[in-house]
Amino acid sequence: MSITDTAPIAATRDERGRPVKKRREGANVWLSLLAWVVGILFVLPVVWMVLTSFHSEAKAAQNPPAVFAPLTLEGYREFFSGGASPWPPLLNSLTASVVSTALVLLLSFPAAYALSIKPVKKWTDVLFFFLSTKMLPVVAGLLPLYLFAQNTGLLDNIWLLIVFYTAMNLPIAVWMMRSFLSEVPVEMLEAAAMDGAGLSKTLRSVIAPVVMPGIAATALICFIFSWNELLFARVLTATVAETAPVFLTSFVTSQGLFLAQLCAAAFVVSLPVLVAGFAAQDKLVQGLSLGSVK
Amino acid sequence: MTSVAEQTGTRAGTAEPPRGGARRASGWIRRAPLLPALIFMIVVTQLPFVATLVISFMDWNAYYPDEVGFAGVDNFRRVFTDVNMRDAVWTTILLTVGVVLLSLVLGLGIALLLDRKFRGRGAVRTMMIAPFLVVPVAAALLWKHALYNPEYGLFNGALTWIWGLFGSDNPPQPDWISNMPLWSVIFALVWQWTPFMMLILLAGLQGRPLDVIEAARIDGANNWQIFRSMTLPHLRQYLELGALLGSIYIVQNFDAVFTITSGGLGTANLPYTIYQIFYQAHDYGRASAAAVVVVAGTIIIATFALRTVSSLFREDPGH
Repeated sequence: MSITDTAPIAATRDERGRPVKKRREGANVWLSLLAWVVGILFVLPVVWMVLTSFHSEAKAAQNPPAVFAPLTLEGYREFFSGGASPWPPLLNSLTASVVSTALVLLLSFPAAYALSIKPVKKWTDVLFFFLSTKMLPVVAGLLPLYLFAQNTGLLDNIWLLIVFYTAMNLPIAVWMMRSFLSEVPVEMLEAAAMDGAGLSKTLRSVIAPVVMPGIAATALICFIFSWNELLFARVLTATVAETAPVFLTSFVTSQGLFLAQLCAAAFVVSLPVLVAGFAAQDKLVQGLSLGSVK
Repeated sequence: MTSVAEQTGTRAGTAEPPRGGARRASGWIRRAPLLPALIFMIVVTQLPFVATLVISFMDWNAYYPDEVGFAGVDNFRRVFTDVNMRDAVWTTILLTVGVVLLSLVLGLGIALLLDRKFRGRGAVRTMMIAPFLVVPVAAALLWKHALYNPEYGLFNGALTWIWGLFGSDNPPQPDWISNMPLWSVIFALVWQWTPFMMLILLAGLQGRPLDVIEAARIDGANNWQIFRSMTLPHLRQYLELGALLGSIYIVQNFDAVFTITSGGLGTANLPYTIYQIFYQAHDYGRASAAAVVVVAGTIIIATFALRTVSSLFREDPGH
């Protein structure tokens, strides 16, 4: 970190320290332009989705595209008040994501503590066991869970999804938390022990300040994965516990003029993830790479 | 592996190991925080898998509830001889390898572009991340209807517009999904995953020791030489990490296949096929056998992959 932050090297960073030549400068302008073009191409579908969601159905389905058509809330009005209401699925998604994230944090923090601050014997084996469950394809457990739900009357019950989402995110959370907890300097822990601080005092005044951003990142990623999940929600829920992604699948085979409404729906359902993700861009990579990219 | 254990072992050394019964008790105190998570994981993920394993040897179709019984390896024989199943295996491999490779290469190129200082670098980075933040089903719907649609999709709309610029009212209007179904799914997924690869590789690039590169340049190394012999080796573990995490998620992809093609036109991958056998055909025995085969395949790949990750965490600097 310190290398890139110091001014003299940072100033020559893009040229890696050589006097700038005319030809290179020209190449740089083209490369910057290329970066801009690529960035715009990647964001274009998202921009198109948002723009289309504010068009009338007739304008949304025009060929060539009606880019400058007047904006309207028609699509949103139709999405929120036409046909099936999206509010129950959105609330179900919110409940499932928030509650399962809370459960994941509750279970993963002590586990990560036992794997990093005071590691148990063979802690690497335990850590890899957690990761290996993530490699078990989810379809491999789908049928028994479905049969279990059917026989216990838990089908179409949001709590079953919460339990499953907790299990789905727990391994990632344990890995992330472990890597954040191992950033707590040993010296600080020793100093706290020397001063006679108990476990709760150490947790509050030594560990918490260091790992708080890490916990936030873990929570964010668990929330996103739960919010995005489709396969289990589709198989285990029906009308009562339906989640937002399942609700979206009603658009898979829709016919006729519905593009603006579809884009409004896609945007509304993606909005929480977009907001959270943009707000925590760096934490997102660090978390998704299980803490191994700093 | 051992080096990690040793490094972190020093952490355990903060307290003197007690003796005898006290030692056993302290061992359990240490293990206690781990148990809730461990037990929860075993109950929710391992038990269902064991059940799947049992059902895979059973003759069990929900449409014929009276004919439930032991089937031996029949289900497995049917899985291996079923043309659809073999196609699904092939599709899964193509889809995973295609998406991971393309998004890694694209991600690498874009990370290199963004590793330089230029006006609006932050803005470009933010634009790049957007695809990754759209809910997968929403993204798949967006591609299917708003981009690929032959009549009013953006792609054909853009073709009409460009042809119109040159005074032609006869632009090509391909039906993307019917013409190249698997590629349609691959492109949509590459669009979603390139940002992820780019972010990992960018983080890797920014952790490069610049002074060494500086020295190489003074010694007369050109850009390509520096990239080949310094940047690429440094990025290796980040490339491996991206490939591993990408594979884990894309092998299991259901959303894009389900939404864009509904598994039609030869795009049904294993998760989708198993979903169909179970959810539509209600053939529980065969679905379970297929799931077991998928798990076996994944374990083989994961064994190699885990070795890669453990090498990654061996160089855990500072802790």
